[in-house]
Amino acid sequence: MATADQETVKPTGTAGGSSLNRWGDDPLFTPKKRLTSGGLIALLFKVILLGIIDAVAILAVYILIGKGDWIAAGVLVIVVALVNFIYLRPGLLPGKYLTPGLFFLAIFQIFVIIYTGYIAFTNAGDAHNSTKEDAIAQIIRTSQDRVPDSPSYTVQVFKQGDQFGMLVAEPGGDLSFGTNEQPLESVNAAPDGWDQLNLNQIIRFQDQVLDLNVQVTDDVNDGTLRTSDGQNAYVFVSSLAYDEAADTFTNTQTGQVYVDDGEGNFRAEDGATLTPGWRVVIGWDNFASVFTNEQIRDPLLRVTVWTFAFAALSTLVCFAFGLFLAIVLNHPTLRGKRIYRILVILPYAFPAYLTGLVWAGMLNQEFGYINEVLLGGASIPWLADPWLARFSVIFVNMWLGYGYMFLVCTGALQSLPDDIVEAGKMDGASAWRIFRSIKMPLLFVAVAPLLIATFAYNFNNFGVIYMLTRGNPRFTDTTLDVGATDIMITMVYKVAFGGGGGRDLGLASALSILIFIIVTVVAIVSFRQTKALEDIN
Amino acid sequence: MKVNRKSAIGVGALIAGSMVLLGGCAGGSTDGGDSGGDSADSTPITVWVDIERKPALEGVAKSFTEETGVEVKLVTKDFATVDQDFISQVPTGKGPDVIVSPHDKLGSYVAAGVVAPLELGDVADGFAESSIQAMTYDGKVYGVPYSIENVALVRNTDLVAEPATTYDEVIANGTAAGTEYKFLVGLSPEQGDPYHLYPLQTSFGSQVFAQNADGSYDASQLVLGDEAGIAFADWLATQGAAGSNVINANIDGDRAREFFLAGQSPYYLTGPWNIPAISEAGINYAIDPLPSAGGQEAKPFIGVNGFFLSSKSTNALAATNFIVNYLSTEDAQLALYEVGGRPPALTAAYETAAAENPDVKAFGQIGQTGAPMPAIPEMGAVWSDWGNAELQIIKGEGGEPATIWTTAATNIQGKI
Repeated sequence: MATADQETVKPTGTAGGSSLNRWGDDPLFTPKKRLTSGGLIALLFKVILLGIIDAVAILAVYILIGKGDWIAAGVLVIVVALVNFIYLRPGLLPGKYLTPGLFFLAIFQIFVIIYTGYIAFTNAGDAHNSTKEDAIAQIIRTSQDRVPDSPSYTVQVFKQGDQFGMLVAEPGGDLSFGTNEQPLESVNAAPDGWDQLNLNQIIRFQDQVLDLNVQVTDDVNDGTLRTSDGQNAYVFVSSLAYDEAADTFTNTQTGQVYVDDGEGNFRAEDGATLTPGWRVVIGWDNFASVFTNEQIRDPLLRVTVWTFAFAALSTLVCFAFGLFLAIVLNHPTLRGKRIYRILVILPYAFPAYLTGLVWAGMLNQEFGYINEVLLGGASIPWLADPWLARFSVIFVNMWLGYGYMFLVCTGALQSLPDDIVEAGKMDGASAWRIFRSIKMPLLFVAVAPLLIATFAYNFNNFGVIYMLTRGNPRFTDTTLDVGATDIMITMVYKVAFGGGGGRDLGLASALSILIFIIVTVVAIVSFRQTKALEDIN
Repeated sequence: MKVNRKSAIGVGALIAGSMVLLGGCAGGSTDGGDSGGDSADSTPITVWVDIERKPALEGVAKSFTEETGVEVKLVTKDFATVDQDFISQVPTGKGPDVIVSPHDKLGSYVAAGVVAPLELGDVADGFAESSIQAMTYDGKVYGVPYSIENVALVRNTDLVAEPATTYDEVIANGTAAGTEYKFLVGLSPEQGDPYHLYPLQTSFGSQVFAQNADGSYDASQLVLGDEAGIAFADWLATQGAAGSNVINANIDGDRAREFFLAGQSPYYLTGPWNIPAISEAGINYAIDPLPSAGGQEAKPFIGVNGFFLSSKSTNALAATNFIVNYLSTEDAQLALYEVGGRPPALTAAYETAAAENPDVKAFGQIGQTGAPMPAIPEMGAVWSDWGNAELQIIKGEGGEPATIWTTAATNIQGKI
């Protein structure tokens, strides 16, 4: 060990000294030499891994620059340089341990939050899906109309230098030839110097072949011949003309002008827009519409109230039931404790998604096990009535969650010091008094943070809601597809991915950020409160 | 020792980190290869397809590769979410060149600008007219159809020997058969199912959207809430929980099939997807025309599956060639029919399939009376309100059927 240490430390010179300065005050860290390195093998590992990272990074930077993505390339260079610096420089021990964690934190948390925030300020969604260039290209593409009742032409594609031309067999049997610059002209055969392309070559030069746009006559309004497969061509006229300088589309028949409206659409004066639009930053509009559009605001308010009720009640009943079972099954004289405990945590071991589906079947009004067998053919609308559906959701969530609470409470109860309880007994306290004044406060110290975590988890408990009811029964007075058991996260899901005119990712991101803020506030307030509990110890 | 363990953890983290980087860059580098492949003469065509249809496409893909030298990569995707993946990935350049999809997603594709129009030329004449209508959006054809599906009335011939033409006759036969259920249709206890009930609705002359002269829908004219629609709503209430309880929202698709397979009902309103299970169960069945409840012809919605070209395909010419000239052949359409069992959209292929399989013929004939499901992007919202109104009426909740129906129609109008 010692020799290996010296080998790695000495060549780097001041390593031992610098780390001594850094940690010199702390007597625990006096054998610093050992801390700076793990031996020859570790060094070898370090060099090889850094080498791999660097090599991969160089490749990635090369690709990114090739794509013109300078920001990503710059960030990558800085990050990799930092990683190299941290691991090659002696000392900086905390940095060495922290770097991988920070790296993953940045990728999985910070980047996701920032990106969601960015999307919330855009109009991203199915109707605004890509860049403006893509939208313009697509509008031009879809504005090509085949001239009604025009014949289909068989064509051959020819090439001369970087020029492309089309030899067209007219329906009468005559041949014509034309290029992008030269309208169709009757010929007997392809002009000299032009080579016919075979299918392979056509595919190879497909961008140019697809761009071939041969005017049928001198007048462009008579239409142009285009081929989409290199074999057949049709006469098309364009119903929209794009003016690049003015950045407008003009309808060639009506003369209506479509202008970029700054919100990701080409819009005419009468409000008509061209499809598709494109993605732009629209500022606070998404947040504003959450609060001003009553079709969103009203359901959102109801859903928010229910979300709090659902999260709080779920946490409460899970905890109460789990604690009850933990106390009962913790009784010293109980036999077969292990079997009971295994049975109790079984629901917790099933996947929530499966449980939701199974319960949805069991709660069916007419054919479900609960009504048909347990209640002897009753017809209780467990999932169809709004209040019963809410009850069912909380009940099923309790079924899923009490096992966890049982485990936690059992652990906490068993770790309570016996002497305090004994002292209470000596002082003549009743069993209830001991539970209320001694066990509960001590239990809460251990469990309170978990309760907050459970609350936050249930706040976003997508699985149980979606698998059990999908948010139904639906509100009958809203146009948004939300229902009585929808919580905020399922509502966001429906806005983002559900029906109602395609996905609206911008609005969904704005809603997610609102949820994020609410959960954060709840968590901060609750953790402050639990500090008070910790004073008991 | 402690030190060693710590450094081992550090090294482990480093390995994990480098692997993440490596993974990320591996993705990046293949990307670069794809976009730089324009000059190569064998850039493959990528096709997104579901697992069932993949084997059927392999033969066509092979002959295409042999004749053109262009490779076809068939990529299996989960078809529950493939439309969303397609819309998200096409703009990034990572989407496929060709996607297999049902036609009712076409409106969303067009709104997102992810599909390119195709010019079918004479090829279009070979297809059933309704299937080309389904591939048309805003007057442009976007796809090559390959199969048509619609619902029909399946009858258990051991229980009822003769076909019936009206809904009342169906119920009378069902009562005479003495089975537990007179008539089965799979609904959903939470959302209803307007798709399955649509033939009954059209038999009252009620539709969602007004139809143009050529049979296509005019999505700007919602006629759901008209008098015919209200007549249907009133009738539906008499069949629901408050009335005869024949149409029962608690019988979902799985239960309806289970009951029919168990011989508990002589009639089952369903589509070709349940026929394999019915014939495997040894039920003697016949496929009858849809029964009319309101006196007019009962017309189903038809769903058409087809191939669409991505608007950002880097290999558009070869992909167009593949879709328009290879997937529209009788062999290709028959191969797809073999795996899916749905009537082919190509008329010649349909005739071949119908000659050997009476089920296909029956479903195909019923399909000829129907019109494609509307493909507008707002259809998701329409289904939801529409189904919910039917559900309320069937359950006999929420007041007068006519009021529920018109409220739903007003809501839908508000969304469009």
